[in-house]
Amino acid sequence: MPPVAYSWGRYPRTAQTLVDVTDRHACLPRPASSMLPYGNGRSYGDSCLNADGDLLRTRALDRFIAFDPTTGVLSCEAGVLFSEILNLAVPQGWFLPVTPGTCFVTIGGAIANDVHGKNHHRAGTIGHHVVSLELLRSDGQRLQCSAAENADWFSATIGGLGLTGLITRVEIHLRRIASPWMSTETIKFPDVDTFFELSAASERDYEYTVAWIDCAAKGKALGRGLFSRANHAPALADQRPDAPKRRLTMRVTPPVSLVNPLSLRAFNWAYYHRQRQPAWRATTRYEAFFYPLDGIGQWNRMYGPRGFLQYQCVVPPGQSASTIPRLIECISRAGGGSFLAVLKQFGDIPSLGMLSFPRPGTTLALDFPNAGPSTFALLDQLDTLVAASGGAVYPAKDARMSGTHFRQYFPGWEAFSRFIDPRFSSSFWRRVME
Amino acid sequence: MQNVLVVGATSAIAEATCRLYAARGARLCLAGRNTQRLNDMADDLRVRGAQDVAVHALDVNDIANHAQFIESAWQGRSGMDVVLIAHGTLPDQTACETSAELSLQEFATNATSTIALLTPIANRMQASGKGTIAVISSVAGDRGRASNYLYGSAKAAVTTFLSGLRQRLYAHGVHVLTIKPGFVDTPMTRNFKKGALWAKPDAVATGIVRAIDRKRAIAYLPGFWALIMLIIRCVPEAIFKRVKL
Repeated sequence: MPPVAYSWGRYPRTAQTLVDVTDRHACLPRPASSMLPYGNGRSYGDSCLNADGDLLRTRALDRFIAFDPTTGVLSCEAGVLFSEILNLAVPQGWFLPVTPGTCFVTIGGAIANDVHGKNHHRAGTIGHHVVSLELLRSDGQRLQCSAAENADWFSATIGGLGLTGLITRVEIHLRRIASPWMSTETIKFPDVDTFFELSAASERDYEYTVAWIDCAAKGKALGRGLFSRANHAPALADQRPDAPKRRLTMRVTPPVSLVNPLSLRAFNWAYYHRQRQPAWRATTRYEAFFYPLDGIGQWNRMYGPRGFLQYQCVVPPGQSASTIPRLIECISRAGGGSFLAVLKQFGDIPSLGMLSFPRPGTTLALDFPNAGPSTFALLDQLDTLVAASGGAVYPAKDARMSGTHFRQYFPGWEAFSRFIDPRFSSSFWRRVME
Repeated sequence: MQNVLVVGATSAIAEATCRLYAARGARLCLAGRNTQRLNDMADDLRVRGAQDVAVHALDVNDIANHAQFIESAWQGRSGMDVVLIAHGTLPDQTACETSAELSLQEFATNATSTIALLTPIANRMQASGKGTIAVISSVAGDRGRASNYLYGSAKAAVTTFLSGLRQRLYAHGVHVLTIKPGFVDTPMTRNFKKGALWAKPDAVATGIVRAIDRKRAIAYLPGFWALIMLIIRCVPEAIFKRVKL
């Protein structure tokens, strides 16, 4: 039986042939049906899966090619992890220009999903920091892509879900930092309106902003949460020791999801009330600020054998004040949702990719344990609200949106589909093209 | 600053080991057949902190060329602090059983070439009176098993050769390390079904560097293989011959 490859949500599970790519100069293999690059499997749904086809695993393409510590331009193979870039760059005073909430993504995967981070209002998406990349097509053609060269291929491949070919080599611009420390401030907010006020007030002075919301709270407490804003700290006079590298791993999958309405209410209540003061300042290591969940290996197993669905949407600026509370209400009424629900205001830097998800507005992201049809019905309900507002849902996190919704959310899909490699496909793409 | 020579440098275990030495700012000298891969590695190791990386094309079975290779590797260096011999193949045992030619070819790659390389290298190291020769042998060399005894006997030859070499060079301040990895998840073993006993090349590399630093004589990697192989060596031949392994 062919091996099962997992996406991060552990749903769906599909059998496929795994092929390791070890040499960036070699041609692509000839698949029996179709192939799809697979980095470190951190996409949540089926955008990194290719049922009954081949997956080209790229983790062996993990070599650096060049790094200039004076300009911060790094050239590397596409399977290099963000964690490996940080290990190299941070001691030399450089940092990732944009990072998602885990550092265990490959640079190729990050570009294929045009990932964003807590600094979207300042830095845009990862695509804005890509100097150039090499795209290897199944016919053996190698396209050097940048804003100046093969610009159409560049914009199809950024956020192109791995469908335009294999990214073999990437050149990105890192960001200068003075220390590995972050100056952070966490502010309690009682409702969604206050979140919008805090976001607007913080954008100018803070490079990173994000909020955790208590998605289990109802009534007057609806949309309460903790607003977090931060900047890279200046060089600290006292040489603090490095954070100890503690790392727990969930080695087994519990028989049922540990996240249920009861544990969810209890955790969220405690997390919100843990902080007594209305605002709290701290200096923390960058790992603790950007990657709190990376401290627990395989945390995705806590949702049990049926896995979970992540939902991330964006609602445009004019609509967010009305639609975001309705989304949260919908979720809290259903008792679903997760410990980690995240709200963030995107900036208005236009994304470069034809299928890029980030766009001006408010983005909401959370996990749902897979409880079967009731979970899917809830997510369909959310989709109706998001679609009516003119928003979009993030393909990297999706395992179930309808083709109709996808094509409404991403009107560039038709122009994009001309750039798909004829031998490339994915479970996601076949689903939303139905 | 350490001078490190690696033969068979593109093997997964060797590459992971090179990265650890690069992070220490070592001067590396890489040898292997695929110069494209070696040059990619050299770029990578420079970014990771290696002070200098030289690349040498070498086919270990081309024994006539060894002397010239060793001459150029040592050129401009005061001597080597670490020599790591890491090349090897995993022969198809069933195919070897029907072809003496293939058997000898595989034996040459995994044993004869190593012995040939170590002969002049040992003399250079002995003359400089310092450093470590580390060679990747295998747990497979501890006892012949039906499933891969061609590979096992080649590794047994290497292990025994190293044991003698260790005694000889000890008196001259040169240390010899026999590395015996168990199952390692590398391109060489890509067709095997992986289980709990399998280790990652990174973990094995960390073990190699530690064993070199500590001047160990024999390193089973991961360490639990010392126990497994102790048990396997103790099984009487009368019983062992009836076991399928």
